[in-house]
Amino acid sequence: MIYLDNAATTRLEDSAFEAMLPFLRDEYGNASAVYDIARRSKKAVFGARKQCASVIGASPSEIFFTSGGSESDNWALAGAYETYRRRSKEHGSTAADSVASESVVSCGHIITTAIEHHAVLRTAEYLESLGVSVTYLKPDSEGYISPLQVTGAMRPDTFLVSVMTANNEIGTIEPVREIAAAVRNIRKDVLIHTDAVQAFGQIDLKDMAGCVDLLSASGHKLGGPKGVGLMYIRDGIKFPPYIRGGMQESGRRAGTENIAGIVGFGAASEYALSSLDERIETETVLRDRLISGLKKIPEVIINGSYSVGDHERRLPGNVSVCINGIEGESALIMLDREGICASSGSACASGAREPSHVLQAIGRAYDESKGSLRFTISHRNTEEEIDTAVIKITDIVMKLRDNRR
Amino acid sequence: MNKMSKTVVVGMSGGVDSSVCAYLLKEQGYNVIGVTMQIWRPENACDVSDNGGCCGLSAVDDARRVSEVLDIPYYVMDFREEFQRSVIDHFAAQYVKGKTPNPCIECNRHVKWEALLRKARDIGADYLATGHYARILRLENGRYSISASRTAAKDQTYALYALTQDQLSHTLLPIGEYEKSDVRRIAEEAGLPVAHKKDSQEICFVPDGDYASFIENEPGVTVPGPGDFVTPDGRFIAKHKGITHYTVGQRRGLGVAAGERIYVTDIDPETDRVTLGSDDDLLTRTVSADDVCWMGIDGLPYGEKKRVKAKIRYNHGGEYGVLETEEDGNVMVTFDKPVRAAAPGQALVFYDETGTYIYGGGTII
Repeated sequence: MIYLDNAATTRLEDSAFEAMLPFLRDEYGNASAVYDIARRSKKAVFGARKQCASVIGASPSEIFFTSGGSESDNWALAGAYETYRRRSKEHGSTAADSVASESVVSCGHIITTAIEHHAVLRTAEYLESLGVSVTYLKPDSEGYISPLQVTGAMRPDTFLVSVMTANNEIGTIEPVREIAAAVRNIRKDVLIHTDAVQAFGQIDLKDMAGCVDLLSASGHKLGGPKGVGLMYIRDGIKFPPYIRGGMQESGRRAGTENIAGIVGFGAASEYALSSLDERIETETVLRDRLISGLKKIPEVIINGSYSVGDHERRLPGNVSVCINGIEGESALIMLDREGICASSGSACASGAREPSHVLQAIGRAYDESKGSLRFTISHRNTEEEIDTAVIKITDIVMKLRDNRR
Repeated sequence: MNKMSKTVVVGMSGGVDSSVCAYLLKEQGYNVIGVTMQIWRPENACDVSDNGGCCGLSAVDDARRVSEVLDIPYYVMDFREEFQRSVIDHFAAQYVKGKTPNPCIECNRHVKWEALLRKARDIGADYLATGHYARILRLENGRYSISASRTAAKDQTYALYALTQDQLSHTLLPIGEYEKSDVRRIAEEAGLPVAHKKDSQEICFVPDGDYASFIENEPGVTVPGPGDFVTPDGRFIAKHKGITHYTVGQRRGLGVAAGERIYVTDIDPETDRVTLGSDDDLLTRTVSADDVCWMGIDGLPYGEKKRVKAKIRYNHGGEYGVLETEEDGNVMVTFDKPVRAAAPGQALVFYDETGTYIYGGGTII
């Protein structure tokens, strides 16, 4: 098997696996209890919190563990909305209300992008159904959102800006720091969230805490286990819980802690941080090797921003292409038959592929986006694997094109 | 995977027939790949699966479970675009024209045996197989045709008349060799989790059977407004709801009180008139069809005649008659005894005179 779908999920890092083992059986204490075995669980969670916090330069008290990236994204948007509504009520009238007073009371405004993960997009749509207005910024042809676009969309009732750190399909790394600075320049009371699920542990985010107010991440994208994620909430921000019923996570996220998961996430974060430069180097080289191999196939377009060696504007492990004259769906199945794991954007519930909203947003025609394939590399992949993959992909593309003639 | 054996893609609906189809082919030594066609749109996925339609989300779960039991690779493939274009759009367009289309025919013809077969070949398959109760026959004249399954109670040949020779040569229909009760027994013995699942009914994308409101809700379709019910000699009877609410042969739901039983005998999309008449007015001895597809024979020269058994709708037992070709390539069957309620838009499928295999078929005009 050649695994080239690391944006979907990753193999558990050995250090994470080792760290989790005791907590799967012997160290079963509930961290909320008073006795020794419970204290050991509590200590382990604290250690993991520190490890995860380091990745984004946060303090441990700013990290709140969740069940994963989707929960964090849902929480960020819903929590920001609740905060805004409470503030509007308490102050009686806000700047927003005075503007909107002629018509109805404003339910507020969110700025996000058309290429967010569905965890953000569907939550934004849900909030729209409650009356919130949402601006979905359209990226340029490489997938970028500019700070000017964001500030240009701001309204007096804007309460949240949510722009992803890096895109899961095309790997484009958004200028989140610049966007945050530009927004702050205009208004201090707008919450800034970033979905960093694809970027956390993959690129340098050590200065991210403080730049943004809220950040979502997921454990299994960086060699941690599935079923655990986190939200960074900047100190000093009023932010309501999403899951209620217990004082875990400082009362912000109820439910007995997933100790083993959290410990695994922590260990994976520590590994990711300590190996970051090496991994970026390895993955960028492998990525460029795969892209240069795929470019030899006629009529292949690279999606997103790309230049050789670059890992500032594109995730080091992301390869996204549209191959003219084939259906990505058939190619994926043939790749599977050859033992190569790849994807074509996000999968829907049934497992069939969806027409990609990201490729649509960067201007790919429907027929082009049908021929899309995504390969996401990890430091575990080898040059031999990439070369084998290039040969197999080329064969499959030629065969599929022959069938259409 | 056995490199020596042939590879077959089985279209799996999650039902017992297609599940047993996959099982039988695996037993026969084929490399079997299970595929479910995703044809529903996300917003109505739940309606379809809740109502026992064939290809909803729960169908995917069932088909996946069966594939796990059989230890075969399984994929869901996206056919929403093809299904919308070839089946739903066609269905709505025909209804608006006062016709009564059979969407299963269009789905077989354009989605299963065109788009799915193409994708099956893409992924390296030699054959496409389905769970239809029908058999493929190689005739003495070298042509392929479709004949009834072993069991007379289940005959699904009618909706398959439009398949081409090339498509038939790449098709396997193993279920045609069995009775429905055999199929359930095989499923049970093989431990397939769908052995007792009930058969799907109705048109899969209109699970509640309310075609008129389905069509009204289709974007881009202009539904004809109310018109007149008239007698066969053109006298006004009452207003009706619009021609999409009616089909030839319909008796119920007309909202017209009459001393005798009355039926829809004709629908005129030009004038929006719906003619109501007696049972006798529905009887006809000649039925013509266009868009003719030939299967067991490669055509019938103008002026020649051929004894046939022909069907005018899915559950029609068939009636004997004489087939001839008209100058414009359309066909006409003159039945020995009158047939009742031949609805424009349905298929006229003609078989050899013993009713064993399909000569061809067309759309009733």
